[in-house]
Amino acid sequence: MKIVVENISVVRGEDLIFSNLSFAVSAGEALVIRGSNGVGKSTLLRALAGLLPFEVGSAEIEGLGEEFGEARLAELCHYLGPENAMKPSMTVEENLVFWQQFSGQPHLDIDEAIEMVGLGGLGTVPFAHLSTGQSRRIAIARLLVSYRPIWLLDEPTSGLDVASETQFAALMEAHLEDQGIIIAATHIPLGLKRMEELVFKESAVLGAGE
Amino acid sequence: MIALLKREISLALRSGGGAATALLFYLAVVVAMPFAVGPNQELLSTIGGATLWIGALLAGLLGLERLFQSDFEDGSLDQMMMVSTPLAGQVFMKCTAHWLVTGLPLTLVVPVFGIFLGMDLITIQAAMATLFVGTPAISFIGAVGAAVTVSLPRGGLLLSVLVLPLCIPVLIFGVGAIRAAVTEPDPFLPPFLLVFAISLFFAVLGPFAAAFALRQGLD
Repeated sequence: MKIVVENISVVRGEDLIFSNLSFAVSAGEALVIRGSNGVGKSTLLRALAGLLPFEVGSAEIEGLGEEFGEARLAELCHYLGPENAMKPSMTVEENLVFWQQFSGQPHLDIDEAIEMVGLGGLGTVPFAHLSTGQSRRIAIARLLVSYRPIWLLDEPTSGLDVASETQFAALMEAHLEDQGIIIAATHIPLGLKRMEELVFKESAVLGAGE
Repeated sequence: MIALLKREISLALRSGGGAATALLFYLAVVVAMPFAVGPNQELLSTIGGATLWIGALLAGLLGLERLFQSDFEDGSLDQMMMVSTPLAGQVFMKCTAHWLVTGLPLTLVVPVFGIFLGMDLITIQAAMATLFVGTPAISFIGAVGAAVTVSLPRGGLLLSVLVLPLCIPVLIFGVGAIRAAVTEPDPFLPPFLLVFAISLFFAVLGPFAAAFALRQGLD
């Protein structure tokens, strides 16, 4: 499996955010997008998730396994955005059970996923009672309860402490070993072994991975 | 999709959900009416049907602002757009949930509220029937307004201004049917069926329009 992005440009309102961007990421590889604030890292991830249209260009999947059929790119992706997509009045478990049923393709059990992010025993706590870091870790647990081969991560480690960052790096490493793909926008080194970098500089892409 | 319906209903029934607020607001409107009209029993029961409909319309609009806004704010809406389930289908489920926790309870309390307004049995039955088939239209029309105003911080007022004109036909035929039920030569069925038709029409059109507006709104 391989994501091939060719010559994409994205426009928001009147502004051209970036143009003529091409890259490819194969199964088992991670692509880290770097650059200062406002250069279009999040925009790129949202466009790949199908939440923003490409002005020109295309992003396609090659060599997709039969189990996925004719799925669109967005259906194969987990998108972890700046928000955690959890309801404060529901418990941690209820939130994750909902996302598992809603997203389909169940992967890990709810308890197991909560355990994996180091919050075992907090399943019955309302989501509103969690700290910022804990909330983020539950949002990460959402990536584990349903299976998606591609993870699009927008500042995934915001609010996490050093120990949780290491734990999350291990989860990402495991996902890559499963022939998954990770595309992440972040400032912090994620500590991954097989990693390409894509650097955005002043609204123009200068150095691209691959 | 069933998971979405269950979550919406359970969220609405929890603290901070819209279900209880809508009912209390409905009660407030109906209770305030006799004070405004004065001690004229006959006048009160004549405008009873209209009062119930106005109350239901306003109470139904009350929670609509949050229909998509909370999902937009916490990032759930992004996830809803990415799955293979069509967005219009999800909107339909959210509207159904909204009706089950507002429109349906508003219909079910009519026998009690009807007594407050001094309405007779036939009028109460007619009011229940028209509200039962008419309140879904409020949810489905409202969803379009809620989708258009999803990213606006104070979208509630704009939503009401957008949605109310579209709800006027439902109001006219709904109240008309109640009046026809007790006024001898006027037939009850034609206005009643028109209300039902409006509901069915918007149940089909509303989700698609709302889904389209939501996709545009994310830009």
